[in-house]
Amino acid sequence: MLPANLVVLVCLAYVAVLFVVAFVGDRRARKNPAGWLSSPLVYTLSISIYCTSWTFFGSVGSAAKNGLEFATIYLGPTIVFVGWWIFLRKLVTIGRTYHTTSIADLISARFGKNPALGAMITVLALVAITPYIALQLKAISASFQVITFPAGAVAAAAGSLEPDFAIAFWLAAGLCVFSIIFGVRNIDVNERHHGVIAAIALEALVKLVAFLVVGLWVYLALSGTPEEMFRNAPVSLLNPQQSFGERWVALCFLSGAAVICLPRQFQVTVVENSSEEQLRTASWMFPLYLFLINLFVIPIAMAGLNFLPEGTDPDLFVLALPMAEGQGSLGLLAFLGGFSSATSMVIVSSIALSTMISNHIIMPIAMRFSMVPTGSSQNVRSFILVTRRLSIIFIVFLGFVYFWISRTSDALASIGLISFCGLIQPLPALVAGLYWRRATHGGAIAGLGAGFLIWCYTLFLPSFEGAFVLSSDVIEHGLFGWSWLRPHALFGLEAFDPLVHALFWSMAVNSALLIGVSLLREPTPLTRFQATLFIDIFRRQTESELGVIRRTARVSDLRQIADRILGPSEAVQLFEHGAAAEKAVIASDELISQVEQRLAANVGAASARSLVSRVVTDETISVDELKRLAGEAEQIRAYSAELERKSRQIEATAAELAEANERLREIDVRKDEFLSQVSHEVRTPMTSIRSFSEILLNNRDLDETRKLHFLGIIQSESFRLTRLLDGILDMNLMEPGMQPWEATSFDPEDALDQAIATCEPLARAAGASIIRRRRARNARIMGSRDQLAQVFINLISNSIKHNSNAEPEIAISGGTRKTVYELRIADNGQGIPERDRDQIFQKFYRGQQTRHRGVGLGLPISRQIVERFGGELGLSDAKIGGAEFIVRLPLHQP
Amino acid sequence: MSKARVLIVEDEPNIVESLSFILGRAGFDIETAVDGAEALQRLRRQVYSALILDLMLPGINGFDVLRSVRSDGELKDMPVIVLTAKGQAADRQAAEAIGATAFITKPFSNAEIVQRVSELTGG
Repeated sequence: MLPANLVVLVCLAYVAVLFVVAFVGDRRARKNPAGWLSSPLVYTLSISIYCTSWTFFGSVGSAAKNGLEFATIYLGPTIVFVGWWIFLRKLVTIGRTYHTTSIADLISARFGKNPALGAMITVLALVAITPYIALQLKAISASFQVITFPAGAVAAAAGSLEPDFAIAFWLAAGLCVFSIIFGVRNIDVNERHHGVIAAIALEALVKLVAFLVVGLWVYLALSGTPEEMFRNAPVSLLNPQQSFGERWVALCFLSGAAVICLPRQFQVTVVENSSEEQLRTASWMFPLYLFLINLFVIPIAMAGLNFLPEGTDPDLFVLALPMAEGQGSLGLLAFLGGFSSATSMVIVSSIALSTMISNHIIMPIAMRFSMVPTGSSQNVRSFILVTRRLSIIFIVFLGFVYFWISRTSDALASIGLISFCGLIQPLPALVAGLYWRRATHGGAIAGLGAGFLIWCYTLFLPSFEGAFVLSSDVIEHGLFGWSWLRPHALFGLEAFDPLVHALFWSMAVNSALLIGVSLLREPTPLTRFQATLFIDIFRRQTESELGVIRRTARVSDLRQIADRILGPSEAVQLFEHGAAAEKAVIASDELISQVEQRLAANVGAASARSLVSRVVTDETISVDELKRLAGEAEQIRAYSAELERKSRQIEATAAELAEANERLREIDVRKDEFLSQVSHEVRTPMTSIRSFSEILLNNRDLDETRKLHFLGIIQSESFRLTRLLDGILDMNLMEPGMQPWEATSFDPEDALDQAIATCEPLARAAGASIIRRRRARNARIMGSRDQLAQVFINLISNSIKHNSNAEPEIAISGGTRKTVYELRIADNGQGIPERDRDQIFQKFYRGQQTRHRGVGLGLPISRQIVERFGGELGLSDAKIGGAEFIVRLPLHQP
Repeated sequence: MSKARVLIVEDEPNIVESLSFILGRAGFDIETAVDGAEALQRLRRQVYSALILDLMLPGINGFDVLRSVRSDGELKDMPVIVLTAKGQAADRQAAEAIGATAFITKPFSNAEIVQRVSELTGG
């Protein structure tokens, strides 16, 4: 044992050192904000307030009782810092960018700056943290007794030692003073608490060194060789059956979530963060710290179980072992380590919670009753500072009262995990807030509220074992005696232990309600806007750039608020140098946003909005703009895929167009050619007509025979013109090349039947008879049936029209020969002379004169079509006297 | 003075007849050919004061005839009046490029034909 006075003295000296460090840290940081105090090392050490006295003393205790289970509490954070780096980075960036003051502020800001949400999280945190603070006070008080009383550890475990009221009280008071002096210097929460952080970092080192030294001593002096150590180890310690079950998974999840959600962790990780580099270092250094501080847990637990008397509290092995071996100074070091871990937790927790209480509970109430905007600026600022300081005192003494009331019960022993389970209830809202645009404040409130209630009912209240609110009867048999409402077996779920059970139900209902209620209603425009800012944080938009929120406010009104909350010096900076430098009467959207952001850094987003809203006369949030922004990120991804698809489409279309264009060009050339030919064909008879008319006009002396001859020429050339026009009309009917080429397999005899039927009236009029001779059987060809029918019509009608026989006759016979379908159309007209036969297929061929009775345009076009079928159109003498047209087409073999 | 002799190369019989009539009345001596081959034959055998040449002829066409005339040492300065029923600027340019002296589009005015032939034959 050590003399109590000595211990007190050492404690005071240590606290004095902390004060000096904090003081120097503050001074240095003010001179050089980028100095070593902003280094990643200090940042990482400050994060290690995760390791409270619950770690320092409790790890060994847990190991002695439950074996390896203690490791889960550090495995979760390790997984988060290494594996969830992306999430942490996003969270920290949002906190830094929007000057977030606490987890309550971040979530309330995300869900439309909803004040109720912030207040709920604050209340929840206060309820869950009070016993946790009590635990720290108890740890210090108990550890003090262990080293100042003989056989203190055994006595403390037996509960026979009344904790010293004075020690606990003055400790609590001292913590309040420290937190108030260094934690609440300015109302701007984002002005980092360098002094506090410096002291916390020192404490982190002290607790690590103390634990390592004690562990090393235990290992070297007491355990003997590793083989001996493990041989002597109690079976329960290394019993693997207790590990790796659902409790193992639950604890990993719980601790991983806690390292994000605990108010003090959020304070040091997010609020105090000044650069991404800090976080990058912490992502490996913090897990390393956790590893080191747990390195000797098992040896110490083994040694404690082996060497210390039966009944010694395992939670105090770290202290009891050196004391039992007469190592007073080692005991004192261990005491200081525990003291450090407990005090740093209380200090940061109280600072973080005081901000939350002042920003999310007191400010909204004060504003509701119009207490804030009145009075001089200094009054408002000091009002906020006073509320923060009083909040700290309130928090710490709430913890103290809790500690004092429960000092003799065991209720505190498991409070760490119970507290964790309550404090992680904001997790679903936080994760949804960072990744799910559709999440609404209604969903967050419903989920959080339900999670909180379930936690209270299934875990927190039952932890009092019937002493508080819930009677032991209710805990045993359920509310109103309904067994399905038993706190430890909700809805009959009995498979899990109480912690896993509570975690399961609270998280399941919390998440389900968050999603379900969110889906019921569209997010409000402001929520949607905040969602865009938070979810797309790495796209670095500022509110004014977005141009979503349009507000109208007078500069003087804004200035008044800024003066009161920010203080005159910062207000001057904001208004003289910022967006308001142009001295307008009506503030720009940018200025309003700037003022609101600065206010948010002090009083939280919800209160800042509420303050600004008082002087804003007109606010519109462009939902279209919002939707555009919200959709943009997805749109860009979707867009690039769409672009690719479109560009492929466009390429295909371009190819089609090029092809179509080529076709059109061809048609155009053919059209020009055609027009030129038509022009030629029209001009030729017109030349004769004009020339002979002029001759007749100018030569009145001509003899009658000559006159008649010339008039005859004029007449016949006129007829020729008429025929020509008929030919052009025929051709229009055919429209070769203009129709899409539909290739189908069909029987050419069908096309022939169709053609004959069409020509029947013409034949009757001319008194011609069409004789059907042979028919081809089962012939099939590929192509367009209608076009082939047109060819046949053309050939048959030609044979009818140009047949000079008194009894015109057209004989048609079809047949197949090997792979060819052959159709012959013969007439008994005057026939076509050998030398004209090639030319007859040329358009307007020059042999086509009156004596041949021009065959028009039909033949050349018919030949074209037949050639497109891959066939040929020929001409020979018919047996019956006239001409015979022969169509040959390749048969289609399916 | 003896009559100027003009060769008409044209495959359209009615046009040949009308040209022969007008130019005959105007005092020219007319000979005709119905295609390019016949025209070249006649040009080789006989000297003409002018040539009236249709461009669209079966077989050897008007362009070919004109080219032969211009590349022939004796005939190269002979006036050639090109007749065409196409009337497109491109044809006219092509004909002038290979040495047509005049270019008349069908249907023509009888007076114009007589006037051009008279001018070119020094009448």
